[in-house]
Amino acid sequence: MNEALSQKRLLQFAVGTGALALVWQIASLFFPDYLFPSIPQIVRRFVDIATTWSTQVDVLTTAGRILAGLAGAFLLGVALALVLNKSRSAEAYLTPVLILLQGIPALSWVVIAIIWFHGTEFRIFFIMLMTTLPAFTFQILDAVRSMSKDLFEMTVAFRPTRWKMFRVLVLPTVVPGILTAWKVNLGNASRVVVVAELVGATGGVGYELLRQQQLFDMTGALAWTLQLVAFVLVFQGVITAIEQWALRWRPKSERAI
Amino acid sequence: MAAAANPIAITFQDVSKTFERPDRSGSFTAVDQLSFTVARGEIVAVVGKTGCGKSTIFNLIAGLAEPTSGHITVDGQDPFGDFAALRGKIGIVFQGDRLMPWRTAIDNVLLGLDILGADRAHSQAIAREWLAKLGLSGHENDYPHALSGGMRQRVSIARALAVDPMLILCDEPFSALDEMTAQRLRAEFLRLVREAGKTALFITHSIDEALEVGDRIMVLHRPARIAFEADTRGPVTTERRAELRSRILEALASESEPVTP
Repeated sequence: MNEALSQKRLLQFAVGTGALALVWQIASLFFPDYLFPSIPQIVRRFVDIATTWSTQVDVLTTAGRILAGLAGAFLLGVALALVLNKSRSAEAYLTPVLILLQGIPALSWVVIAIIWFHGTEFRIFFIMLMTTLPAFTFQILDAVRSMSKDLFEMTVAFRPTRWKMFRVLVLPTVVPGILTAWKVNLGNASRVVVVAELVGATGGVGYELLRQQQLFDMTGALAWTLQLVAFVLVFQGVITAIEQWALRWRPKSERAI
Repeated sequence: MAAAANPIAITFQDVSKTFERPDRSGSFTAVDQLSFTVARGEIVAVVGKTGCGKSTIFNLIAGLAEPTSGHITVDGQDPFGDFAALRGKIGIVFQGDRLMPWRTAIDNVLLGLDILGADRAHSQAIAREWLAKLGLSGHENDYPHALSGGMRQRVSIARALAVDPMLILCDEPFSALDEMTAQRLRAEFLRLVREAGKTALFITHSIDEALEVGDRIMVLHRPARIAFEADTRGPVTTERRAELRSRILEALASESEPVTP
């Protein structure tokens, strides 16, 4: 049932993107290349970027920045979520701050980072951290709070050590929430990293996009964008695979597709 | 030379438990100056109306709550104060099965042994043995969602017994099951507990269940205090059973209805 549904979704995805490509290709017959380059041109450039080491370095740099930013926000988010879960006063004071941070646009963080810091990598890391931290914190807090009181009492009755409690109950309870948080934040981070790289970076997909804009090269702009989309899709696929493995105990009808 | 086993499994000495109301409008007493003892190897059934403090007594013995006053010992230890000292000595069967959905049947049975740090291979053998005793051979690798309510409760009984506890606490363990399944499971549970010579405290709403499982029956009135107590050991004739039933019913009925807070 689940497999059939997955195949159906895959088919729907293929039909949807195929239709978009077809419309684009038709448009390319009527408009100049700098507005609507043909699909084969975009694919050729995409393959060029993917198979040339010097350009792949830019893609990998961006991927590294995304993952470093997410990892930093995740670790800090876990620490903050544990504090919020433990202390009511911490929750009362920190929650409004996190909500406020969540409302600040990524572009504002770019400006702040440029004024505050010198190093490009630290600037980008800071921007990634600030834009994904609130969501990570709230999602992990929700995951911790979703722990069943019944299971908690049952486990406590066996008198586990703190480490055993974490291993047998806390970790399995929070894993689904953590995986969802990574999936959601990956999409956000991939959008923010491009904005961060547009200003001040000397490498990465955002920097390359800026160059394509200066050259008025739509083919390059689309090919570089697709590199980032491909990274996000591959990483989403990795998270989904981990999720399928970690949540294999769920009835098939309840698993993510 | 090994120390002789404590002949008294549980002591309650003038135990009271008071809770603050959630809206902080005052407090209410769930257990009031309660005193009793349970001998090792004895099965005591506790009967009472909803809200009479049965579950509070259960939590106090399990060490999940601290008494406001008085003194409790389980196997000579304070279950709340000496929390870790009673590791592996108390097995609990709850009203619901409380199985971890991410663990297979055998992994759920292994939970307590895992927490105790027992050897994995030895624990596996013990868990398989308990699942077999409870008629679950062949279901070791099934996840809880694939088991029926009765099967899940069997797993939870196996989980409680696998750690070879000195004391088994049961909080209406069969009340969520259909009558046929409950009867069959109750009989199996009793056989296993008696065979192993375990001490058990069995909380129930049902007078018939209390008469079936208990060596001794305690009827509680709110706030938890003993209103009636009867020893049911030895042959119980139909007449004696009927008399006990009627006296328990009388004790339950004599309790005035609580004033809704």
